[in-house]
Amino acid sequence: MLDNLSEKELDALKEIGNIGAGNAATALYQILGMKIDMTVPRAAIIPLQEVPEVLGGPDVLVIGVYLRVLGDASGSILFVMPKDSAFYLVDLLMGRPPGDTQVLGEMEESALKEIGNIISGAYLNALSQFTNISFIPSVPALAFDMAGAILDVILAELGQLGDYALLVETQFLGGGNGGSITGHYFLIPDPGSLGTILEAIGVKSK
Amino acid sequence: MSSNLIKVGMADLNAAKSPAVLITYGLGSCVGVTLYDEKVRVGGLAHIMLPDSKAAKEVGNPAKFADTAIPILIEKMGELGASKSRMVAKIAGGAQMFTFSKQDPKKSIGQRNAEAVREKLKDEGIPIVVDETGGNFGRTIILHTDTGVLEIKTIGHGVKEL
Repeated sequence: MLDNLSEKELDALKEIGNIGAGNAATALYQILGMKIDMTVPRAAIIPLQEVPEVLGGPDVLVIGVYLRVLGDASGSILFVMPKDSAFYLVDLLMGRPPGDTQVLGEMEESALKEIGNIISGAYLNALSQFTNISFIPSVPALAFDMAGAILDVILAELGQLGDYALLVETQFLGGGNGGSITGHYFLIPDPGSLGTILEAIGVKSK
Repeated sequence: MSSNLIKVGMADLNAAKSPAVLITYGLGSCVGVTLYDEKVRVGGLAHIMLPDSKAAKEVGNPAKFADTAIPILIEKMGELGASKSRMVAKIAGGAQMFTFSKQDPKKSIGQRNAEAVREKLKDEGIPIVVDETGGNFGRTIILHTDTGVLEIKTIGHGVKEL
């Protein structure tokens, strides 16, 4: 399935990423009061082994917020941030001076999960309106560990069906007041959902 | 050491002679299987992603699965002079990185990977001398083929040499 996606279908997936991420960036802006830029999303089919490289290598320390997407087109959402960005985000959310957060306690984890919730809600809402498919996010789960280890779960899921992963990725950038935020946002449709999404937006070939 | 460092990626495997060092980064639910023949100082490392090739819709790369990767690893080590009868195994990984709910009755993919690896090694008659699987954290593992020592690095759970 993945091997024969057309250029047009990939473009459509990028557009989906664009719409979802635009909404998510607006939601972040409203919570943080800080302008958040986003890159033009990329939709790419990557060999499973190379996916950790997208985050700078399998041993880079990151914080990942993971949600399962349920409904007619199931999949996974993963929001990954470098440690410093995540700590700065916590500073902003909790009204602490920049650089104040140094450890990830229960409260900090909960704040980051909530961010995952909010931006995923915004992202999926936009997708639902565009595709007329209802996407239902699960509660978020969080891990603070090596990028490779964090990606494993999702890649294992995809590995049952092939050696490639389809990623719709957006990068967020924001900053000010002595800190900066970068994050990678991945939408990873389950292999069976891809057809459903493409059909819903009317670009499925054949 | 760095000139002898062999990186093994996800769903990949490799074998080497002393003094090479085999490393795989960031094992989460994946299981790292290392085999070692002390007599000839030959080691092998496989980064296994899934338990069973028979359950997969498309096999593709056999290094991905416990049941198909281990025999290939044994064979590769055999080409370097190792003998299966002398091999010992050290395994690590198989963690559950994300927990949604404590009551989830389904075994995690990490648990299933570790079980499949243990079973396959038993079939092959290779004893497991180190079993560092489970938990909820990632591991980077390094096999030193000159000594057979397996180094396990984690974030916040220390470093072990076994």
